[in-house]
Amino acid sequence: MTGYVLRRLLWLAPVLFFVTLITFVLMHLVPGGPWDTKDRPISPQLREQLESKYGLDEPVWQQFLTFSWNALHGDLGVSFQYQDRSVTEIIREGVEVSAVLGLMALAFALMVGVTLGVVAAVKQNSPIDYASVFLSTFAASTPSFVLGILLIVVFAVQLGWLPVFGWEKAWWLFPNWKQAILPTVTLGALPAAYVARITRASVLEVLQQDYVRTARAKGLHERLVLGRHVLKNAVIPILTVSGPIAASLVTGSFIVETVFAIPGLGKQFVASVFQRDYGMIMGTTIFYAAVIAMANLVVDMMYVVVNPRIRY
Amino acid sequence: MVRAATIARPQEAQPLAEQRSLWGDALRRFLRNRLAFISLLVLLSLAVAAVFAGQIAPHDPNAQACTTGALRGSSADHLLGTDATCRDVLSRLIHGARVSLSVGVFTAVAVFLIAVPIGALAALSTRLVDNLLMRLTDLTYAFPDLLMIILLSRVLADTAVPGGSVTIIILAISLVGWVTIARLVRAQMLSQREREYVQAAEAMGASRWRIALTHLLPNSLGPVIVAVTFVVPQAIFAEAALSFIGIGVTPPQATWGGMVEAGYSAVYSVPMLVVYPAVAIAITMMAFTFIGDGLRDALDPRTARRLPGRTG
Repeated sequence: MTGYVLRRLLWLAPVLFFVTLITFVLMHLVPGGPWDTKDRPISPQLREQLESKYGLDEPVWQQFLTFSWNALHGDLGVSFQYQDRSVTEIIREGVEVSAVLGLMALAFALMVGVTLGVVAAVKQNSPIDYASVFLSTFAASTPSFVLGILLIVVFAVQLGWLPVFGWEKAWWLFPNWKQAILPTVTLGALPAAYVARITRASVLEVLQQDYVRTARAKGLHERLVLGRHVLKNAVIPILTVSGPIAASLVTGSFIVETVFAIPGLGKQFVASVFQRDYGMIMGTTIFYAAVIAMANLVVDMMYVVVNPRIRY
Repeated sequence: MVRAATIARPQEAQPLAEQRSLWGDALRRFLRNRLAFISLLVLLSLAVAAVFAGQIAPHDPNAQACTTGALRGSSADHLLGTDATCRDVLSRLIHGARVSLSVGVFTAVAVFLIAVPIGALAALSTRLVDNLLMRLTDLTYAFPDLLMIILLSRVLADTAVPGGSVTIIILAISLVGWVTIARLVRAQMLSQREREYVQAAEAMGASRWRIALTHLLPNSLGPVIVAVTFVVPQAIFAEAALSFIGIGVTPPQATWGGMVEAGYSAVYSVPMLVVYPAVAIAITMMAFTFIGDGLRDALDPRTARRLPGRTG
């Protein structure tokens, strides 16, 4: 197990290297630089000064080497758009917000998804089952920003119960609960539908196992059968998908962040693509890639914890 | 060897009408699926609207001349009202169908055309090519999809790529999306290669190319086609999301995502401006999802019967 984890961690290095390389090449394929905005033309002298200050006048391969070397030392460079603030600092600020939002959405997805899935499976082919299947199909095929805007129109505009957007820290890293509800539900709806589907299928499969029949045959109360035998065994596929879901929630929240004007990492990424903020684009992409890779690793390790039959 | 080939021929020459073919059966099963059938009708009418948008739309989608003033509700002249710059919403919706459908369909076609040859090549050629492809897919999985699409579409937009912003979006989504399908093609072909009928064909002396083209490829395509169908709603979503953020199709061209973005600033006064395009996106994506589900069940009837947990 330790060897396996070490090997996987080592494998991270080439992946991150190529991610860096590809992003770097892509960015430098684009003609022009961060100062080529139409609305604010700058003089050639100023451009030269800026480029030499940020090392953009060096050959591309040298820029890449410099960047990689610094990145290895935890320095992702400076942002061009935010008055020379360091990229790591900006990322840290954005991640705080995105991670809180993502984790709340994950909690929502797991609670709603597992509940819906279990109820649907236990009452298979009943109206509740059909309703839950329909609900999850609806959520699965409604894009997040469409859902978010529909929720805003109903709950913020028509009913006036919740604020349209905003994200101010109220307690530790968490925002005001009123501000948090709509983005959490919007971001969590799709994974909730996914979790519900998987839970339903998994529970139905476990319900057919011999040990469940045995448990019922020996007169165990249905609640105990469900809690002790069915759910425990049905949880493996749910755990499996929750890793990638967590990664996609933290990395994929930029649409929801745009809809609700939440200052998360995704929103910063979009802004930096607009501004051709090389430092920010590189830093964010590498960070995202690392998060995804770590999430996959954690999931693979959880397999072993949950299912002792698997060995690496 | 020559004799073997002549033995094989009469079997293939049997008229298809008499025997029940795979595709005929699949078609019958598909049409029996009510949701899929309704979705097909919805999509056909959408396609008609998209193709004949110029004839059907009551107004020019970009004309800013209207008699009743901007941001008005529905009237006889403007059935769904007008937007902030006094353009007819219904006409923009109809023209927006053009963008969404063409992005969805052309992306799926492009993904299919890229993925099938590459996947087949990986399955049938040397270990080296296979390994290269698999490492490439690993790398692509390291990037968050939508972020990569954003980055690519920015790069493609700034370098001189022929075609407008719609072409650029199709390209960007296809370049990210083909990988999963190529992997699927490879896996399918590898598993088919071990089947008895392939061994039989080999024993009869069929050439490698003949086996690949007449046996492996057609028998591998079912799940691939299903997976490609699901590319359509994903592409529609990606385009709408990009246009919503403001990186997608260049205004003033009417797209559903762009309409949501434009209407969002007036969400308090005229929420319907946002609701119409949002609902259009959701319906279209749902229709394609149901068709994909229907296709999956039609092409592989075992999934519907064997696993009671699998939902449509």
